[in-house]
Amino acid sequence: MASPAAAPPSASRKGLAALAVAVALLPLALPNNYTYDVAILVGLNAIVCVGLNLLIGYAGQISLGHAGFFGLGAYGSAILAARYGWPSLAALCASIGAVALLAWAIGRPILRLKGHALAMATLGLGIIVSVVLATEDRYTGGPDGMSVPPLSIAGYAVTGEHTWYWIVGALLVATVWLAQNLIDSPRGRAWRALHGSEVAAGAIGIDPARHKLSAFVFSAALAAAAGALAAHYSGFITPAKASFMHSIELVTMVVFGGMASSLGAVVGAAVLTTLPQLLTVFKEYEMVLLGAVLMLTMIFMPQGLVPTLEKALAAARGKSR
Amino acid sequence: MLLRAENLARRFGGVLAVQDMSFELEPGTVHSIIGPNGAGKTTLLNLLTGIYLPSAGRIFFEERELTGQPPHRYAAAGIGRTFQNLQIFFNMSALENIMAGRWMHERGGLAAALLHLPQLTRAERRCRAEAQALLELVGLARWADAASDAMPYGALKRLEIARALAAEPKMLLLDEPAAGLNPTETREIERLIRALAARGITVVLVEHNMKLVMGVSEHVIVLDDGRKLAEGDPRSVSADPRVIEAYLGAGEN
Repeated sequence: MASPAAAPPSASRKGLAALAVAVALLPLALPNNYTYDVAILVGLNAIVCVGLNLLIGYAGQISLGHAGFFGLGAYGSAILAARYGWPSLAALCASIGAVALLAWAIGRPILRLKGHALAMATLGLGIIVSVVLATEDRYTGGPDGMSVPPLSIAGYAVTGEHTWYWIVGALLVATVWLAQNLIDSPRGRAWRALHGSEVAAGAIGIDPARHKLSAFVFSAALAAAAGALAAHYSGFITPAKASFMHSIELVTMVVFGGMASSLGAVVGAAVLTTLPQLLTVFKEYEMVLLGAVLMLTMIFMPQGLVPTLEKALAAARGKSR
Repeated sequence: MLLRAENLARRFGGVLAVQDMSFELEPGTVHSIIGPNGAGKTTLLNLLTGIYLPSAGRIFFEERELTGQPPHRYAAAGIGRTFQNLQIFFNMSALENIMAGRWMHERGGLAAALLHLPQLTRAERRCRAEAQALLELVGLARWADAASDAMPYGALKRLEIARALAAEPKMLLLDEPAAGLNPTETREIERLIRALAARGITVVLVEHNMKLVMGVSEHVIVLDDGRKLAEGDPRSVSADPRVIEAYLGAGEN
């Protein structure tokens, strides 16, 4: 799959600044707690998508099982906090670490696979996770889900949509910053080299297995972090969040927003999280309209929303000169 | 001795693409590997860079055995290469392609990368300057910020050479660097090969353009049907009756 050259560092800095301003100003346009809730959901999905985009858009490896890592992060933190009485912040960190370790152990064998085979293997991984979460009801509460204690930091319980909005917003900006730093570093170039040509990457001394694995583990850890935060925020989780459908939604957000663009991943998450809520006014036509929007975007903007708009903007600027 | 191949063989199904191939490559010399289409030149190159595992035989580089190692270990040992069908990182700019080639020399730490520490900024500035110098060496200075998928074919051929050079190889394998190039561009490649040899890089050229081969090489290995047919200096090889037969095709009878 050909993808456009990544934006130069200066452009990605502008993107980061724009994101920070958007996060800071958005509350002015949020009338009630329900809209705050949607915004938090957008932020959490965006964190997953920025990580997933490192894997898909930059390192060129597909995963159809990232909802599995989201779910494991959520349940890991929930079980440690609710069943074993761990402080929630410790549970959250331990859960992320455990998922990263698991991703490393699973990634070693399956990242030898390519293309469709890798897609199938990660799909299987996601399905196994969601089945285990639904059946191990002694720990997970089964298909009905389980309640999760709220997050407490230094003795203060984090509650309320407004507080959570600022936490998730700050974490999202930090995630994009870290992701862009990585992309502009030698390691990020190694990832992009693997996407460009694995055989040429090997010929300049890049170990493909090792760097596919590092992108996989990094993106799995971000998914787990978002999952754990989501669990403590909503106070209740079900295995649906770890489902195959959610994995597909996440990949769709990345592709829709634009591969190899961290800002694209955020925009993709924002549009595809809010659009279904907006389209509910069309009742039974909701899914049809959502599908139509996706198809039209992919037909007219095959590179995704943000890269296409960036290119149009650059072209317009060139003309006005 | 820079590289030694001992009885190399590679089988694809029932076909022996390369068999019983032994030779030695001296450092600081321009070598060429020639032969008719299907003689096993590219297979041999893929064996010498770890892309194919040999079915039999051994490979030594600076007296260290590399047989069975993955390609990135061959690169780490000091063997660089370009590809017959371009393997450009089309998702990067020309300059970034070469900066990627600096990987083995400019890894930097993970923390420095994540937090964008000043040490990384300095290393990146150095890496960029070195990449820029290589672009100038291959005559592509004006393409620095170009998206690589917008560059013409001849420029991409040279971009691959610059990327391979960025890794600072002791030996550089060029797989048909002049294929598809016009005479002016071919002269550019010839000039470049001489410049590399002058820098002390051992060059191994796989090429169909005999004028280029005979002009730059000091040592020629001729392959035919997966075997080594002859080797020696260009003049003696081109006078060898077996080589003439293989090329001019006494094969009709």
